[in-house]
Amino acid sequence: MNFMPALPLIFLFGSTCAILLIGLYVGERRTSVVYVLSQVALITTVALVIRDAQAAPIVALHGMFVRDRLADLLDIAICLLVVAVFVYSRRYLSDRDMYRTEYFVLALFGVVGMMVINSAAHFLSLYLGLELMALSLYAMVAFQRDSARATEAAMKYFVLGALASGMLLYGMSMLYGVTGSLSIAKVASTISAMPPGNIVLVFGLVFVIVGLLFKIGAVPFHMWIPDVYDGAPTVVTLYIGTAPKVAALALILRLLVGGLQALSPSWREMLVIAAFLSMGVGNVVAISQTNLKRMLAYSAIAHMGFALLGLAAGGREGYADALFYLLIYSVMSLGAFGLVALLSGPGREIEYIDDLKGLSQRNPWIAFLMLLLMFAMAGVPPTAGFYAKLAVIQAAVDAHLIWLAVAAVLFSVVGAYYYLRVVKVMYFDAPEDDRPFVLPLDGKFLFGLNGLSMLLLTPWIGTIIAFCHSAIQGLP
Amino acid sequence: MIAAWFSLWGSLPGWSRILLLNLSKIVAITIPLMLSVAYLTFAERKIIGYMQARIGPNRVGPAGWLQPIADALKLLMKEIIIPTGANKALFVIAPVLSIAPALVAWAVIPFTNHLVLANVNAGLLFAMAITSMGVYGVVIAGWASNSKYAFLGSLRSAAQIVAYEIAMGFALVGVVMASGTLNLRHIVLHQQGTGFWDWYFLPLFPLFLVYFISGVAETNRLPFDVAEGESEIVAGFHVEYSGMAFAVFFLAEYANMILVSALTTVLFLGGWLPPVAVIPFTWVPPLAWFLIKVSTMLFFFIWFRATFPRYRYDQIMRLGWKVLIPITLVWIGVIGTVRFFTPWGYLFH
Amino acid sequence: MTFEQIVFYFFSGVLVLAAVVVVTVRNPVKAALALVLAFFSAAGLWILLEAEFLAIVLVLVYVGAVMVLFLFVVMMLDINIAELREGFGDYLPIGGIVAALMVVEMAIILGPRRFGLAKVPVPQAHGATFSNTRMLGDLLYTTYVYPFEIAAAILLVAIIAAIALTMRRRPETKYQNPAEQVRVQRSDRLRIIRMPSEKKG
Repeated sequence: MNFMPALPLIFLFGSTCAILLIGLYVGERRTSVVYVLSQVALITTVALVIRDAQAAPIVALHGMFVRDRLADLLDIAICLLVVAVFVYSRRYLSDRDMYRTEYFVLALFGVVGMMVINSAAHFLSLYLGLELMALSLYAMVAFQRDSARATEAAMKYFVLGALASGMLLYGMSMLYGVTGSLSIAKVASTISAMPPGNIVLVFGLVFVIVGLLFKIGAVPFHMWIPDVYDGAPTVVTLYIGTAPKVAALALILRLLVGGLQALSPSWREMLVIAAFLSMGVGNVVAISQTNLKRMLAYSAIAHMGFALLGLAAGGREGYADALFYLLIYSVMSLGAFGLVALLSGPGREIEYIDDLKGLSQRNPWIAFLMLLLMFAMAGVPPTAGFYAKLAVIQAAVDAHLIWLAVAAVLFSVVGAYYYLRVVKVMYFDAPEDDRPFVLPLDGKFLFGLNGLSMLLLTPWIGTIIAFCHSAIQGLP
Repeated sequence: MIAAWFSLWGSLPGWSRILLLNLSKIVAITIPLMLSVAYLTFAERKIIGYMQARIGPNRVGPAGWLQPIADALKLLMKEIIIPTGANKALFVIAPVLSIAPALVAWAVIPFTNHLVLANVNAGLLFAMAITSMGVYGVVIAGWASNSKYAFLGSLRSAAQIVAYEIAMGFALVGVVMASGTLNLRHIVLHQQGTGFWDWYFLPLFPLFLVYFISGVAETNRLPFDVAEGESEIVAGFHVEYSGMAFAVFFLAEYANMILVSALTTVLFLGGWLPPVAVIPFTWVPPLAWFLIKVSTMLFFFIWFRATFPRYRYDQIMRLGWKVLIPITLVWIGVIGTVRFFTPWGYLFH
Repeated sequence: MTFEQIVFYFFSGVLVLAAVVVVTVRNPVKAALALVLAFFSAAGLWILLEAEFLAIVLVLVYVGAVMVLFLFVVMMLDINIAELREGFGDYLPIGGIVAALMVVEMAIILGPRRFGLAKVPVPQAHGATFSNTRMLGDLLYTTYVYPFEIAAAILLVAIIAAIALTMRRRPETKYQNPAEQVRVQRSDRLRIIRMPSEKKG
């Protein structure tokens, strides 16, 4: 059996277990050791992925695991996102007595789960990777045990997540009943050889789609997103709002594009509806939010709608555009939630949009970076967010979904309102409390990079899109 | 007369013959088992008596030999009191749930090479699964009694049984790794050689100890009897039981002791095999060797009771989770490594 | 009707009945016990399918461990069922519709037309020496070793999560450490002071 393709995954898993043990021995006072080791593990994993990046897909571990461009790209993205999440969350955690080994270990296990999803070639590994990720997330949401809101959010997340998993599993079992195989490649070839209109397949597909939409939080299965984003500790929201989104896209690409391509006319229709509703509900409801985390949660729903737009457009172009959109979104989301985590000092929680009042006077540099991020989220040119929106809308137009493209443009105009409101609050409202924001140096530096990347990436947008295209080429 | 019986037997339909044959086998196992339970209580009282410089029961029958019979008769006569507020159905069903697993597990125990009721392939797993259900009797009894003491006792006992079952299961994994089979008969046959040095208790010594200690804890015997702990919670889960219902619990406890001893014998002490395979020892019938070994293990049970003071509850939990389970895990690793990566693999064969 | 069929219908009947009892009975402890019965009947069905390992593990894990812990919790919580049932009627119509839809759907999909004996042949019966356990072990540690290890990782995460969420010092609990109490020395608790006797007034 050839383990080498899975080396980064195995390395990360092994080092997570080691970190768990080390954390036990260094004790609660020196969690910084655990922090440093986690970062080293993640960065080494990225290095390992890059070291033998594959052009051609390799299937290993008895057809359960596939290593291709897509997996490599997503692995790197997820690891780097989590590195940034750790940097942003370090001080928040230590201020709140949450700076414990378990936080890092659970987050790392979540990454392992996401990497399993990224390179899943079998329903079993796909599902188990999803569960590994989800279980880590549930625990992280409940991490602040004394907070009733966090516990409630974790319960909601857990129950709905379990329901979604059940749906997904039910759908997969139907697909298995029809095709007699759990291997994604085999399922794809069996289905494409079958006459169309098999009712069991359609039922299976519906269940799978429902499960997937639940997991990515698209309307009409989005109810949990605002509560979980709002109730969870901010650093956990930061984690949930970035890396798992990328993994969720991997889930869809592997399952729908890789396995059920033959049914794409059916699932594209469903995704069109979900995309339209997500963009609509997300953007419209976000307007009335005063809570910053809730607003960002609804914005996450809307952004998922845009990513679905690319998928619904279909074709390799569409998938690549969706991938590109999601990568850009995860960086924006990282910045936005990262700021909330960074600004929340000891005894101060940034919760409402009004908490940002007068940020430009108190810390003009940070305010400017946040302005960039908000512009990018709204899709204002020349930020990277604009190109991302442009790409998916272009894909929709190319797929003759003109009405959906028009709707997307309209909804992004609606969305611009609440993003710009944050900018208005930061720049034109007088500050209510004069305590200065003291940011840790590493977080400040990374946030600078994060914010500026929205502008600095612009010359290389074409390269990134090309990279996404080459990643998608690996899919069957 | 005998001819008439045979002709009657021949006239029965096939399925009923199988049924009757199996039923008679079951009875043939159960009745001696019940008798041994009765005399195990007698032996316990006698042995502990001598250990404490007393003589123990000596009034009923010659040297007290009829004492267990008298006890059984007395318990049969007593009234079964169902406390007010108790859940009647569950209260009555609890003793049954307690004794049934203790008896059912005997189905797969090989007494000798040929004397076994059901020679099933997954016999070891079957025995484990069945014994793991014994805890329900205790839990339900504690809850249905509607009494604080009973409830506390049942909680303690259930937590203890579940904890020690893990150590027990891991110890069995070692046996399965060494023998490569789950069939209890084959496990004994794998220990066949020239003598006791081929039995598993030597190469798997840590597992043997862990298994037996867990067995003592599983049966809620001293020094792990916090579930009954007279001085703390009166008698634990069966405090509200009287008469025959109590007797059934009592029977179940002792039947479980014999079962654990029998399993230890089969798994680690070579079952029916003689200690040295030379002439005078091989004359002794295999069944006798089996019974001798079981009796020795039972003696240990009683000896423990006379020797050790009761553990505190947190000590029991610590011993189970932090000592026994790690030991078994380490030894499983040792077995695997030695068997497959070193030239000394024959040690575990 | 063959013997297998009798056994099958017996276990299936008990299984369905027990499942209904789980949902309808008022007492949560009885519901848990009915669930145990359901697991047990399911194990019987597995045995009929010659999957003795699955059957025994179902009993060992679910009946022997999971449900015991479940009972533990249910017994210690004083659950007021009447309170839980409030609003049951409000949700009944929509719940009923969903349930009916599921039943119809399953009937469509699982009906004999798609998964009947003609489509799915009867599996070949194996002899008495066939070890289902060995086959499963071979598959689990070779072909399916990757998902098997991920499943192990999931369990590890569950352990970590459970410990991380419950191992905390709550200020309101009066936690005792018996070992510490036993180890305590006289010098830790007792201070002997010398004081002059008081003058008689």
